[in-house]
Amino acid sequence: MKFERYGIGIAKGLRVTFKHLFRRPVTVQYPEQKLHMSRRIRGNELIWDKDKCTGCATCAKTCPQGVIQVITSVDAVENKYVVEKFEVDTGYCISCGLCIEACPYEALYMGYAYERAKYRREDVIQTNEQLLPSADRLRSGYMYPEIAAQLPRQTLLLERITEEEE
Amino acid sequence: MTLKTEPFVLNVGPQHPSTHGVFRMRATLDGEVVVDIEPIFGYLHRGIEKLAEERTYTGVIPLTDRLDYLSSMANNLGYCLAVEKLAGIPVPERAQYIRVIMAELQRIASHLIAVGAFLNDCGAFMTPIVYMIREREKILDLFDMVCGQRLTYNYMRPGGVSQEIPDEFLPALDKFLKQMPGWIDEYDQLLKENEILLARSKGVGTLSQELAISISASGPVLRGSGIKWDIRRADPYSIYERFEFDIPTGTVGDCYDRYRVRVEEMRQSLRILEQARQQIPGGEFRSKVPHLIRPPVGETYAHIEAPKGELGFYLVSDNSIAPYRCHVRAPSLLNVTALRDLMIGWKIADLILIFGSMDICMGEIDR
Amino acid sequence: MMIFNPDPSSVRQMPTLAPDWPGGFWWHWLLFTVIIIAFVLLLVMGYIWLERRAMGRMQARLGPNRAGPFGLLQPVADALKVMLKEDIVPVNADKIVHLLAPIIAFAPVLIIFAVVPFANGALLADLNIGIVFVVAISSISTLGVFMAGWGSSNKYSLLGAMRNVASVVSYEIPVVLSIAGVVLITGSLSMNQIVLAQEIPFILLQPLGFLIFFIGGCAEINRSPFDLLEADSEIVAGFHTEYSGMKFAMFYLVEYAEALVISALITTLFLGGWRGPILPPWLWFLVKVMVVFFVMVWTRTTLPRVRIDQLMALAWKFLFPLALLNLFITGIEILAWPTAIAWLIPVNIAVMVILVLLWSKLFKLGWGRVEV
Repeated sequence: MKFERYGIGIAKGLRVTFKHLFRRPVTVQYPEQKLHMSRRIRGNELIWDKDKCTGCATCAKTCPQGVIQVITSVDAVENKYVVEKFEVDTGYCISCGLCIEACPYEALYMGYAYERAKYRREDVIQTNEQLLPSADRLRSGYMYPEIAAQLPRQTLLLERITEEEE
Repeated sequence: MTLKTEPFVLNVGPQHPSTHGVFRMRATLDGEVVVDIEPIFGYLHRGIEKLAEERTYTGVIPLTDRLDYLSSMANNLGYCLAVEKLAGIPVPERAQYIRVIMAELQRIASHLIAVGAFLNDCGAFMTPIVYMIREREKILDLFDMVCGQRLTYNYMRPGGVSQEIPDEFLPALDKFLKQMPGWIDEYDQLLKENEILLARSKGVGTLSQELAISISASGPVLRGSGIKWDIRRADPYSIYERFEFDIPTGTVGDCYDRYRVRVEEMRQSLRILEQARQQIPGGEFRSKVPHLIRPPVGETYAHIEAPKGELGFYLVSDNSIAPYRCHVRAPSLLNVTALRDLMIGWKIADLILIFGSMDICMGEIDR
Repeated sequence: MMIFNPDPSSVRQMPTLAPDWPGGFWWHWLLFTVIIIAFVLLLVMGYIWLERRAMGRMQARLGPNRAGPFGLLQPVADALKVMLKEDIVPVNADKIVHLLAPIIAFAPVLIIFAVVPFANGALLADLNIGIVFVVAISSISTLGVFMAGWGSSNKYSLLGAMRNVASVVSYEIPVVLSIAGVVLITGSLSMNQIVLAQEIPFILLQPLGFLIFFIGGCAEINRSPFDLLEADSEIVAGFHTEYSGMKFAMFYLVEYAEALVISALITTLFLGGWRGPILPPWLWFLVKVMVVFFVMVWTRTTLPRVRIDQLMALAWKFLFPLALLNLFITGIEILAWPTAIAWLIPVNIAVMVILVLLWSKLFKLGWGRVEV
């Protein structure tokens, strides 16, 4: 291999890196700066609508990891199942979203939050009331376009760069 | 007096900064020259093929995400094509286009990582890979918008895709298509003609056409050797016969050719994306598919041109809700078998370089 | 006697050391020892900061910005962290060699600064063989590096150390030859005299010498693209793979202190040292040193790494003959036209361009595949 280009290629490369010195860095300083996540984010928790749930356990059957456990008893008077225990081991959950897709009664949602790391292993297993929606447990728009429409618009790196440049 | 020498055996990996995962090479060295090399893998074995036998046909899709984790969309596509072929599921027009868009975006994303990691292995201290990860980030943003995840997408389903693309997706895609060619040109400026890179990679690790064919290499590794073989053309799946694109090939099959082929493929993918963006029709995103798919008894093989090569899924059905057997033809695994022939006689530095130019994903090799 | 060479009596007229300084020599010695150590340590911190920030910006990142304003205290935080780390010595390591290596690598770097002038006459010892002293001492660090590689009982370390020895031995020659060109023009080996002789920075009179010295210097201190001994993508971290805690910090310090030495030498030999208008001399010196280092960071950010045989080929086939030619041409120029500097500048630049182009066509970089 000969040194044929007399360093022109090297000079071109140096120009590119030098140009970047004056470009805006793309780093996001995470704990202070937070981006809007995707409206369809599959956050790391499940949100369960107790009233809509019939205890059919389709979600449990669909789950490839088998992390959903549904225990029901029969309410003979009303002729329906009563969900006694709805338990999700989010530690084993791979956030594939197949349970949400499978639920025939639209009673399961992915969570919008993504900062749900726990210190203890037992906290990761969530049961009944812990799974209900609340103010800080927003539902994500995954498989639910009408919820997605209410969530803030996702921040795109694509747009951030174009705005900064000429 | 005779001097006694003993071979200098160096373990490269499984924990090594540039083995791209947990790959191990037991290299016998003579000074800096590689005399012998033995690739060892299996450190990332998760038994995906066996696990697939326990899952429903839909439930396998999240597993395919974890094969080649840098190109989940392509894996999803390959698997879904196999299931559709097996069960005879039709795919609506719009879904086909969405799939092509996703697969081509994924190809760009995967090649960005491949090229960036290759240049990083050459020793360009982090710069190319940081630039390329930045571009990949934009693609991941698009995927995130569509399916809510950035790495394990689980987006495609037998019979279409899981959800309609959101309204803001196509404008964002247009923006991406406008920006991306400029960025690729800039990467070319950065290192394409760099003398050191040329000296390092030209003529290094030459994979001859005969060897490439005999190890059944595929993807950019095969095309780098100058063989025009692309499954999108050779055996068109999905709707690839509708698009116009070239198959970039190298000439000698060295590391530089493989690198150039990847960069050119990114340009061709952008061409396909432009066309798909123009032609995308309205309509259904998924055909009516039963919740539990029970394909008739039989077997099938479907292959696609994944970013790393020919990705094939071999499925056997016994008319139950789970595949009886699911075998994955992983391109990385077959490409990596050429390593010993390519590396012997080169220096340690080249060993890393050649390995980098193969674009290996351990998730796929070990499965 | 060359016309660039100032009148020796004029040098004597501007001593910075007052003749009636109490204690005389020993005070001077103490003062400059303290200054040098402080200078090296502070500037190394500055270098680390500059490298990380500049590299961050070139890579579209921010770089460290948490500790202190603009992350200026980041090197301090790093130092604190590294001091609190456990010191791990491999079981099979040669303990004494392992311990001594960082010290042996570090000491010579400090010693070199004894002869680097920060301002006119402001140096620890104005040795009349200053530049030879630098060349002699700077090679000792290699010993420390090789000890580290050998003592760690790690194959990667050994490979890195062997590479370092090979590169230093090879690059010493073109570097010394390129220095010889400067010495020819100056007519003195003293660093202070060299600076005083630079009415015009020698980069203009010795462009080829500067190029060779810069490349060779980068190779000797293992800055990218010649950072083979710690090529992180190939041999993990090279010779300091097995070092942790304070010992690792020493090697880290050596790396940047060596970069400081080379940039100080380039400044002194080719960029006119502390000379410059308006600003005080020491500030000029600092600014020039920083600019030289920035170029090093810049190349490190951009360029891939060369291979060991290419490294050797570059030294012996490219730099060595060019350095010889440069010395030859410089000698002729000084013999024939000792008074005509002004028109020698374009001539020398033209000579450099022609030689580099010619040699680029002629030589072959590396050997390629070896049959085994």
